[in-house]
Amino acid sequence: MRAFKIIIFLVFVGATISGCLKKLDLSPTNNLTPVQLYSTPAGYQQAMAKVYSAWALTGNQGGAGQADLPTQIIADEGNSDFYRDFWYLQCLTTDEAGWNYHSSTDPLLIHEMQWDANNEVVGGLYYRSFFQITLCNDFIKQSSDANLSSRGIGGASADTIRQYRAEARFIRAYQYWVLMDLYGNPPFVDENTVIGSTLPKQIKRADLFNYVTSELKAINSDLVPPKQNQYGRADQAAAWALLSRVYLNAQVYTGTPQYDSAVAYCNKVIGVGYTLHPKFSELMLADNNLNTDEFIFTIPYDGTHTQTYGGTTVLVNGPAGVPHTVSGGAQTGSWNCIRITQQFVGLFDTAHDSRGQFWTTGQTLDMTQLLDAPTDGFSSFKFRNVTRTGAEDPDTDPTTTFSSIDLPLFRLAETYLIYAESVLRGASTGSQTQALNYFNALRVRAYGDSSGVVSSITLQDILNERGRELMWEGFRRTDLVRFSQFTTSDYLWAWKGGVANGTAVSSNLNLFPIPAFDISANHNLIQNSGY
Amino acid sequence: MRKKRLLQRIIYFSIFLLFASLVTTAQNKIVTGKITDAKDGSPLQGVSVVPKGSTKGTTTGADGTYRISVGNNAAVLIFSSVGFLSQEVPITGDNLSLSLVASNSSLNEVVVIGYGTTRKKDLTGSISVISEKDFQKGVITTPDQMIAGKVAGVSVISNGGAPGAGSTIRIRGGSSLNASNDPLYVIDGVPLSGSSIAGAANPMSMINSDDIESFTVLKDASATAIYGSRASNGVIIITTKKGKSGGLRINFNTVNSLSTIAKKVSVLNGPQMRSVVNADGGAKKIALLGDANTDWQSQIFHPAFGTTNDISISGGIPHVPYRLSIGYQDQNGILKTDDLKKTSVSLALNPTFFDNHLKVDLNVKGSFENTRFANQGAIGAAIGFDPTQPVYSTRKSKRFGGYFEWVDTSGNLLSNIPYNPLGLLYENKNVSNPYRSIGNIQLDYNFPFFPELHVKVNAGYDISTGKGTTFIPDSAASNYNVATPAHGGSNNQYKSTTQNTVLEYYLNYVKDIKSIKSKIDAVIGYSYNNYLTTNYEYANYSATRFKINDGDSTAPFDKPENTIISFFGRAAYSYDDRFYLTGTIRDDGSSRFGPYGLGTTIGTINKGNKWGIFPSGAFKWKISQEQFLKGNNIISDLGLRVGYGITGQQDGIGDYAYLPSYALATSTAAYQFGNLFIQGYRPGGYDAGLTWEQTATANLGLDFGILNNRITGSIDLYDKKTSRLLESIPEPAGTNFSAFILSNVGNMENKGIEFNTNVQAVRSRDINWDFNFNIAYNKNNITNLTVIPDDPTYQGFPSGQITGTGAQGFAFLNAVGYSKNTFNLYQQIYDSKTGLPIEGLFNDVNRDGIINSSDAVKDKRADPNLFLGFSTNVSYKRWSAGFVLRASFNNYVYDQFLATDGSLSNIIGGSVISNVSTSYLTTKFQGNTTTQFLSNYFLQNASFLKMDNFNIGYDFGKVIKNIGSLRATFNIQNVFVITKYTGIDPEVSSGIDNNNYPRPRIFSLGLNLNLL
Repeated sequence: MRAFKIIIFLVFVGATISGCLKKLDLSPTNNLTPVQLYSTPAGYQQAMAKVYSAWALTGNQGGAGQADLPTQIIADEGNSDFYRDFWYLQCLTTDEAGWNYHSSTDPLLIHEMQWDANNEVVGGLYYRSFFQITLCNDFIKQSSDANLSSRGIGGASADTIRQYRAEARFIRAYQYWVLMDLYGNPPFVDENTVIGSTLPKQIKRADLFNYVTSELKAINSDLVPPKQNQYGRADQAAAWALLSRVYLNAQVYTGTPQYDSAVAYCNKVIGVGYTLHPKFSELMLADNNLNTDEFIFTIPYDGTHTQTYGGTTVLVNGPAGVPHTVSGGAQTGSWNCIRITQQFVGLFDTAHDSRGQFWTTGQTLDMTQLLDAPTDGFSSFKFRNVTRTGAEDPDTDPTTTFSSIDLPLFRLAETYLIYAESVLRGASTGSQTQALNYFNALRVRAYGDSSGVVSSITLQDILNERGRELMWEGFRRTDLVRFSQFTTSDYLWAWKGGVANGTAVSSNLNLFPIPAFDISANHNLIQNSGY
Repeated sequence: MRKKRLLQRIIYFSIFLLFASLVTTAQNKIVTGKITDAKDGSPLQGVSVVPKGSTKGTTTGADGTYRISVGNNAAVLIFSSVGFLSQEVPITGDNLSLSLVASNSSLNEVVVIGYGTTRKKDLTGSISVISEKDFQKGVITTPDQMIAGKVAGVSVISNGGAPGAGSTIRIRGGSSLNASNDPLYVIDGVPLSGSSIAGAANPMSMINSDDIESFTVLKDASATAIYGSRASNGVIIITTKKGKSGGLRINFNTVNSLSTIAKKVSVLNGPQMRSVVNADGGAKKIALLGDANTDWQSQIFHPAFGTTNDISISGGIPHVPYRLSIGYQDQNGILKTDDLKKTSVSLALNPTFFDNHLKVDLNVKGSFENTRFANQGAIGAAIGFDPTQPVYSTRKSKRFGGYFEWVDTSGNLLSNIPYNPLGLLYENKNVSNPYRSIGNIQLDYNFPFFPELHVKVNAGYDISTGKGTTFIPDSAASNYNVATPAHGGSNNQYKSTTQNTVLEYYLNYVKDIKSIKSKIDAVIGYSYNNYLTTNYEYANYSATRFKINDGDSTAPFDKPENTIISFFGRAAYSYDDRFYLTGTIRDDGSSRFGPYGLGTTIGTINKGNKWGIFPSGAFKWKISQEQFLKGNNIISDLGLRVGYGITGQQDGIGDYAYLPSYALATSTAAYQFGNLFIQGYRPGGYDAGLTWEQTATANLGLDFGILNNRITGSIDLYDKKTSRLLESIPEPAGTNFSAFILSNVGNMENKGIEFNTNVQAVRSRDINWDFNFNIAYNKNNITNLTVIPDDPTYQGFPSGQITGTGAQGFAFLNAVGYSKNTFNLYQQIYDSKTGLPIEGLFNDVNRDGIINSSDAVKDKRADPNLFLGFSTNVSYKRWSAGFVLRASFNNYVYDQFLATDGSLSNIIGGSVISNVSTSYLTTKFQGNTTTQFLSNYFLQNASFLKMDNFNIGYDFGKVIKNIGSLRATFNIQNVFVITKYTGIDPEVSSGIDNNNYPRPRIFSLGLNLNLL
């Protein structure tokens, strides 16, 4: 009887223990494991949607919430957006814009060209680019032919996933172009990099150039032909357009010019049949997804479905002084952040050229004071969150804060200007006449008639024209670097180098530093000189 | 509804008790007598008188007499009383009077340790017990405050002045960098999870401090290792009050208090603001100036009333000692609209069955809170709001609740502006009704045929539901919707529940082998702990319940869960009451780690990282038992302890941080493919090799008692080495889905010495004076960071993020060779004539001509290295008085308010005028640099001496026809602070002063009525 009691007890104990041990293997309630997600074509589509949205959004919630980048990198999620940070480093560094505030949520010392390796914006773009590259790598690995067949995905579904895979490689090449252009020599990772294991090796800028161009060529056959893909997804023309841009800057990236290749890829893009959209003022509106005549590839934003405090939202609300009735932005009014230097305004024949779309009411031309002076300097309403009819964006949110303006990463006007510049810089394949024609085509649209047509052009004309045509579209720093005017005294603008009248700065500033966080985390990395 | 049911149950239960007490067994014989104090012959009241082998007894009355009926078989009576040595006396007749000798020694006290109890004199580890008489007194809204300053090496810092705000507790400095440094709490055998309860100020606040009998603080690894992977930061075992055998006792306790603000932040007043803006503000800002002189801090704070009332009944119906208590607390915060109401009920039953072979210990505690949380954003707003503006608007419109707000000429709200602090308070109603219940049943069965063996079962739960709503009217400025006013405001709900369960079996073998002077006490057992939380997700609504489309959660709820399964054992052996040896081992399995091992170092076996082994050993030599000290008149007790053990730490780690997983984006974070908006799945960062943080602790201790234990105390030396430190570190870019990942990165060491003494300085008939003094020194040092192994250029990783106007950076650098939270700031250069700091000018440490991060200097640290505690009690006849002092040295605080809100730019740089620290009047900082905030000018020595508590009591003695005794106390809490620190309170556990909720000064009057 005693032994029986003890046995009963021990059996009872043993049974509960063995039952409980299973509780050591727990998994999240709502999240999916990689095996679960990548088991269906729909799962691949949703994984791909995140790969794309990493450059339109800052997190998993829209607006702010569930941020992609941790607060140690960027304290304010709204500042961790790809285009916002790209714009800060490409436009705010130049004559195109100066920032009014200097609170913790603002891009500090960017316009003054006094950044260092701890600068939040410098880190923000870098980590945003790598975040998207890491997503691309994961998708490319998960969508290998071997994985597709082992998961029983074939036929049309597999074809679509292979297109996604090529698009992921395109996005990765784009982000490596960003890193090559701004940071020069980043670490290199691809789909063979195991998560959480290795210290990546640093890649030299010239080697990265070869990688980017070879990738963009290698994916050509897997990408959807021009104008054939769903809106929001990249096609062959997007890859060609990026190639032409990369080749235009080959001298900067590698020391060896490749203008012939730039012209060749311009010709491929132009050969698709894109045309300039008739009205310049309709380029950056809430319904500019209709501008498929000129736009090659865009980041689509949407006030309801794709909400971000970065992207075009900041270009609608940020310009100082522009009222809601003009910008279509937040009802509470402009954020009063962005103004333009007087030097940049001076590039425009403001009486006739329709492109500046400067907001002058209550603003002064000269940026006498940089900080805490929102009325010092003209601002712009180039980005308006209204439709072509002038109606409020139908997709905006109740506070009318979020923009539905899509951001063209590539549009025909840039291709024309790449063609013209490559020819002027000595490409053997293009024609001078064609270069002038493309150049003038932009001016005819800008002036509304032929009054702006010129009979000859210089390289400086092209730089100025790029400034006018592509203002605030993320080109200015790259252009000034290519023309050796970014750091030198050849061209000065208000508060360049932190001085009211502008001053030359050290040439090492042509590249941004690799963020201090990554230098500390990866001892393979050698910091760019001067930092 | 719930309260009503509860009330019914209480009534039923009371009837049951009444009934049960009537059904007494047939009496056999009566014994009477009188118990006196051996010292002076005075009658002793409340002495427990119980026949041996029974739980049914009685207690002596006020005149020291008792009367008890005992069974014919009863041979021995046991007389016991707190503070006196127990006596067992054979029943030789019907009168039994005797005198009890005061027990100057507490060495025979039973101490609750992990999975068992032991006598204090048998302890081999470093353990401190704080019982009721030592608790901090006054208004206690969260029990952890009761031990502040009472234990050497235990720092308790309240997290602010809000009612029920929790505390930051550090035992021996904390063993972790970035994972949790909180100790494990075990309440009556139920280990609590560290997770918070929605709508509760802090989870501990839901335990009624009046129900607590004692805290046992396990400090060194030989004491804590039985708790294995959760023990690195020490263990605090809370034991609640139980019923005692004897007659019915009723205790009523009431404390009524008034809380006042101790110190306000020094900011510009109206005239100062007008003078600054008129001089330097420019025309636009001058036009904004108002005529008022508003002290916004005086507007938002008020003296706050609080009342705490507890009633308990306890006693022992035959074989069933019981205690039932009901508490009610209503505590207003000094911040207007802050209010905590708490009702708690606690029941303890300790019946025995089968001739005492089965002991049952049943505890059920429940509490309900009804809380309104003030919007604490109003504190910062009040400090920064323009003092020249009035509280209420002069406009006729009722918009914005009638409060003054920054509007344009047509009455529309400006953008990017601060809001009226009072509006933030009164136009925001966050109310919650959390509920928590902790309960368990412990069975202790002793086989009649095998008396050395006890089988113990402990089954318990800890459940809570926290839910509440936040309502902000649509007219509130903070949530005003300019486009569509009806869509403004907020009307949101939140809810979460926790369901934690514990199930433990263990066998306890106790054998006293007198022939070889040996005692053996061994435990072997199994423990299952499951922690399940359910977080409900709700959409956001405007005040008028218009649904706001801002990305509804993709799932209605989330259920994070973790499990710990453990096998443990302890063997204690003692020889001749001179030598004691204890060994423990615990094998813990945790669901938080993956099946992928890092290696075969101690703590992991070939089951990947899920399992870890945590051993310990300790030895004690009771020197005072040796012949050469026996009978010594001076040294009454002397023991030497040596212990070593390995413990783990796994709190502060996500439940699934080792697993790759993909989270669905909300509908507002979709991406356009053609005409469809696709919600993507995002992979989260993870560390597949994540494993326990592990601490190896060596401890050397000496316990002493002098002059018949009038002076007792202990000295402990320890060395804690933590390896595989968990820290959130930057991942090499491109190698993970998150740029920062919690990983095991390095080693850290805490070395220290603690001294603690209790002195009964005066013992006489009328005057008694006791004091306790403790001092602890702790040195923390990071010894290795394996982020990049052996890289001499590796600077360490930053922490302590600071954001504010013109500021984004980190105050600390965690680097090898320095203590954690070492400040890393620029060295300010001062004007040699005025002695004032020169803005933006710093020491160019490396002389390279530029000031950048390589010029920051690692110096000073946030954590103190020396703590002192002193508490004393004096009683003279019926009067008593006492106080608690606490001091902390070499802790530095970075005053972020001065750093980021002390410049002209802060005043006039925004779209409206804002207030700043009065330091501006001296420094005249312009605020145009972006490095000034990282100046060591803002770092101040925050060493302090605080009087936590001062109390006076008066004992009225017998009342109500001698059946009751009444005692009154008057308390002041947070009496004074002596410090050089210029902010409002030097006690900032994070080292970065953000002007949290100021800790109030509390005056309280308490009455305690005991009915026997």
